[in-house]
Amino acid sequence: MTLFYLFGAVAVIASLLVISQRNPIYSVLLLIASFGALSGLYVMLEAPFVAVTQIIVYAGAIMVLFLFVVMLLNAPHEETEQDERLHAFRRQGPFRFGAALAIALAVELTWALTRVSGSETGGGFPAEAVSSVQAIGKVLFTDYAFPFEVTSVLILVAMVGAVVLAKRDA
Amino acid sequence: MPTLNDYLILSAILFAIGTAGVLIRRNIITILLSVEIMLNAVNLSFVAFGRSFGTADGQIIVFFVMTVAAAEAAVGLAIVIALFRHRESLNPATFTSLKW
Repeated sequence: MTLFYLFGAVAVIASLLVISQRNPIYSVLLLIASFGALSGLYVMLEAPFVAVTQIIVYAGAIMVLFLFVVMLLNAPHEETEQDERLHAFRRQGPFRFGAALAIALAVELTWALTRVSGSETGGGFPAEAVSSVQAIGKVLFTDYAFPFEVTSVLILVAMVGAVVLAKRDA
Repeated sequence: MPTLNDYLILSAILFAIGTAGVLIRRNIITILLSVEIMLNAVNLSFVAFGRSFGTADGQIIVFFVMTVAAAEAAVGLAIVIALFRHRESLNPATFTSLKW
């Protein structure tokens, strides 16, 4: 339970800092910390394959892509500050409304989840867990073989789309 | 031992943080990062449910979500680069015309 609170607190605090940072580079690095904490939670849920994939794919590939773009563009910091000076009078309304909506969502979800009676979902997890990569691979390549193949088409389309969109004379 | 409800509440909190980021931030890269937070919150609940039901389906769906997140990040960042090249700005409020 202590580990759960530790990882959960790191994930929540890092995520809060991600959305409150001015500099996007700090946001990206803090999000990597949040993903590390989530990876620890996956280990606690006896899903080591997901934990490792989380580190390799999210922290290793996706966040490096973000970091690369943030450093490539190289002017986002001043841009936000300038914008806040320009639109200070218009900013307050939508900002407050968005924050109120998000807090309402958090309260609503937590309230709904605490209302669920303990016997249905509140009890502990079953003793045995599907955690071996072998079992996951077997299901992935039998029951989920078609979605898996469709995923390759999705990645191909994304690759072509990214090249076309970022091309200079597109 | 933490129960399924604890994981679901943590997932709900993370999802709400991601929603807040999408709604209140005005930097398009931070908005994309907030979308990643939301995807991860949902991944956590998938894994927790999969553990609770004793099947591998939750972890496999997380695998697919990660693939979609990678594709989304690639295309989204390509769009960000194209927008920045045209407007020299990352503020979504400046991207108001459909064609230029």
